[in-house]
Amino acid sequence: MATTSAPQPKTNHIGLTVLDYRGGKTTLCAGCGHNAISERIIDAMYEMGVQPEEIIKMSGIGCSSKTPAYFMSRSFSFNSVHGRMPAVTTGAVLANQKMMAIGISGDGDTASIGMGQFVHLMRRNIPMIYIIEDNGVYGLTKGQFSATADIGSKLKTGVINDLPPIDTCALAIMMGATFVGRSFSGDKKQLHTMLKAAIAHKGTAMLDVISPCVTFNDHEGSTKSYKFMKDHEEPLHDLNFVPYFEEINVDYDEGTTTAVQMHDGSKLLLKKLEHDYDPKDKINAVHRIMESHKTGEMLTGVFYVNPDAPSFLDLLNMTDTPLAQLPESTLRPSKATLEAIMEEYR
Amino acid sequence: MATTEVTAPSLEAQRTPVVNDFSIQVATVNGSGSQSANTVLLRTIFQMGVPVSGKNLFPSNIAGLPTWYTIRASKDGFVARKKEIDFVVAMNPETAKEDVLALEPGAAVLYDEPLNLKDLRSDVTFYAVAFDKIVAEVCKEAKLRKLVKNMIYVGVMAKLLALDMKEVEKAIRRQFATKVKAADLNWNAAQAGHDYAVQNLPKQDPFKIERMNKTEGQIIIDGNAAAALGAMFAGVSVVTWYPITPSSSLVENLIEYMKEHRLDADGKATFAIVQAEDELAAVGMVLGGGWMGARAMTATAGPGISLMGEFTGLGYYVEVPAVIWDVQRVGPSTGLPTRTAQGDIMKVANLSHGDARHPMLFPHSVAECFEFAGAAFDLAETLQTPVFVMSDLDLGMNNWMSEPFAYPTQPLKRGKVLSAEQLTQLGGFARYKDVDGDGIPYRTVPGTKHPQAAWFARGSGHNEKSQYTERPDDYVNNMDRLARKFATARKLVPQADIVQDGGKVGIIAYGTSHHAIVESLSQLLKEYGVGLDYLRLKGFPFGEEVHDYIARHDRVYVVDQNRDHQMFDLLKLDIKPEHVTKLRSVRHYNGLPIDARSVTDAILAQEVK
Ligand SMILES: Cc1ncc(C[n+]2csc(CCOP(=O)(O)OP(=O)(O)O)c2C)c(N)n1
Ligand code: SF4
Repeated sequence: MATTSAPQPKTNHIGLTVLDYRGGKTTLCAGCGHNAISERIIDAMYEMGVQPEEIIKMSGIGCSSKTPAYFMSRSFSFNSVHGRMPAVTTGAVLANQKMMAIGISGDGDTASIGMGQFVHLMRRNIPMIYIIEDNGVYGLTKGQFSATADIGSKLKTGVINDLPPIDTCALAIMMGATFVGRSFSGDKKQLHTMLKAAIAHKGTAMLDVISPCVTFNDHEGSTKSYKFMKDHEEPLHDLNFVPYFEEINVDYDEGTTTAVQMHDGSKLLLKKLEHDYDPKDKINAVHRIMESHKTGEMLTGVFYVNPDAPSFLDLLNMTDTPLAQLPESTLRPSKATLEAIMEEYR
Repeated sequence: MATTEVTAPSLEAQRTPVVNDFSIQVATVNGSGSQSANTVLLRTIFQMGVPVSGKNLFPSNIAGLPTWYTIRASKDGFVARKKEIDFVVAMNPETAKEDVLALEPGAAVLYDEPLNLKDLRSDVTFYAVAFDKIVAEVCKEAKLRKLVKNMIYVGVMAKLLALDMKEVEKAIRRQFATKVKAADLNWNAAQAGHDYAVQNLPKQDPFKIERMNKTEGQIIIDGNAAAALGAMFAGVSVVTWYPITPSSSLVENLIEYMKEHRLDADGKATFAIVQAEDELAAVGMVLGGGWMGARAMTATAGPGISLMGEFTGLGYYVEVPAVIWDVQRVGPSTGLPTRTAQGDIMKVANLSHGDARHPMLFPHSVAECFEFAGAAFDLAETLQTPVFVMSDLDLGMNNWMSEPFAYPTQPLKRGKVLSAEQLTQLGGFARYKDVDGDGIPYRTVPGTKHPQAAWFARGSGHNEKSQYTERPDDYVNNMDRLARKFATARKLVPQADIVQDGGKVGIIAYGTSHHAIVESLSQLLKEYGVGLDYLRLKGFPFGEEVHDYIARHDRVYVVDQNRDHQMFDLLKLDIKPEHVTKLRSVRHYNGLPIDARSVTDAILAQEVK
């Protein structure tokens, strides 16, 4: 007699289910690229079998910086101040180098107010995953330009950006980051793979992830603008009305280019690096990124990897036991030591 | 004898000797290497058992500007700066005239002969010394002469003040401990100065040093080195900093101590010290380290404090331990970067936006720098909040004598940290719940292996479970608990030291003002027959003892080393409204360490109408 037992939920190699990697319900706009990134993080962490209690989720301020609340509830999290997540993460990792840090930042958070801390984090090669959820605007403060906005891009208000964008990937490579890539929130496969590689990397893994903002990238002329939707969505004149957008999904092969229709009607040209691209060549990496600016393509892929560079922690020559866990007997030198020092000052 | 210039008003010669109770001021040019000579002079007096203090008044500049070093010998043990200078060593052409003209009658001047000062006044004693001639004889290498020239005045002063040359030699050998050649050269210079004085300078002034035994067993150290030692013995393990005078030497000392005394058996560091990219990063790293459960600290001065505002508010609101040393200097803005003040009190008390409040400790001595370094960590971890130690340039960068520091007897206080086992027993926890009624919640440190250990540290509104909320009642509940926690802090910061009590008029002071107050109290008593009470603040928030002290006095003078009587204001905000009118303010804010005479005069101006 066959008994039908409930199917066991699938588990990863440390025996946890994907549910163990979930977070709180998102409060970001439906369709925000940031939510897709959270999903990819959940999948990658689950698949890699990372122990949630050994993760610290770090962020600054912005819509993007809110996302650590939406994945991995069993992990410790620190939502710090605008642009200064790198410092808090550095301090935390110094205190316990056994924890794995994943930092989520925005393009405003990183490339403006946090620029100073960003480059110093890269330069120190602090072991962590640093993700920029890059939408070219400030989401949380309602749509101002960020420093990664392209020349000629237009705000909702019609203002045109006339300053060149900061390429955080090129910058990170020059500053010393040891794993640098760019992806797109809608490219499940590429982002998933890149995240898994980042989890496995020993130094700073910096991922710039293009992540469309559905709410503030919807200027006049777009058929999917907020206004357009509101005008056509009859009874809803409620202030809390948020148009529903499908998250953008793309799937295309290495070496090829694809055009992505953005929520605001504009097109994003994504190009993936070819599979024979050598990511160990720093100069070529920067060269290729610069070239893509000329052609107007958004080049994606892992630009640069150097798994052998010493991290800041290596340079400090610390004990294996995390500093935060050292016992008093190790932390406080003996009475005789103090007496000897006092003798020197007599 | 063309090289000798002695002016000796006959009156001076007959004056009664002034023994072990006078001040010396050496005026040189910044960068001329006078530091060693001054230290040797200070040490020699110290080694002869006479209480001594030294203060460096230096410009914010590397070389070329005037600098002064004052040494005060005081048989009664007064170590505050003395307003009156008794003996000037004039080596700097730029200030020599001014320095001499500022002297009280009866003072003495030792000067570099070409300065030709002797005709400036007839009421002080002049000794001219041909430094260049002497140095040419003792030092064959011309380029080294500049370096040893200053040691010659040590020898001259030794003769004039009757210092024991054996002690001078000991002090020189100590100063140049490993550099035997330099020690020999300097010792020769000192001897040459001494010989010169014996031959050419008959004693005309009344000042001299006689052996006492009031310094036996004592050490000489500066406050920043003491603080560094204190931090090391308090188990600091994450240290972050950004260079700024006068706090840099705190961390620079700490680096040296830690490299020597805090390596494990395998030679690995039990610490991480990081020179951050700026003060924002420095304090951010401290918060990260404190959140993670390590003892983390930084040291800075006023401009750094300004930058740390946003993060300090975060530390207060997410409730993570942090220790911040503020070695105060003169502001606002860049101010006088190498002069002393207590000008950050108000700023630090409420640093950041919104309702934020922070405990402060006020060390007054090198021994307290050592002690409070540990107390600050205990307090920060107990209260789970940033704690500030308010030192100043005078304390931090000047040498002070002290009893050797006492080895800490109490174990490190780590506060309410829950382990995985406790979480299992409790079935979880609410990060910001006031379980014990003292406002201090329980925390877990990241890495605690338990599915319910995690919590979300966030600077935005949160409820007891640290979940995001903008509900009015949640906000009020949280802020009220933080206020309760601050009330608990009143009982935990070091209690004020009530030095003298029982009268109707009292003084309140804090930090380095202490030394001038002690002396002023004795001046007031001796010269005017007025005995005042004295309370020294050691911590903020103010404890009951401070309120009671004010309540039982008719008038209380609050002494501040800042223009805006900041501690006076802070007290006014804290005490009962009916007591506010009892407070009177005494301020000192010219960048020089406060002196007793100024305090005495200020108080008498108000007391004796
Ligand atoms: C010191 C400070 N200045 C300004 C702000 C306001 N602020 C909040 S979020 C934000 C921009 C966030 O933009 P981005 O990092 O691109 O994130 P997004 O919201 O687009 O995901 C700003 C300027 C702040 N919180 N703190
Ligand atoms: S405003 Fe933009 S960035 Fe912010 S949640 Fe909405 S879509 Fe995302």
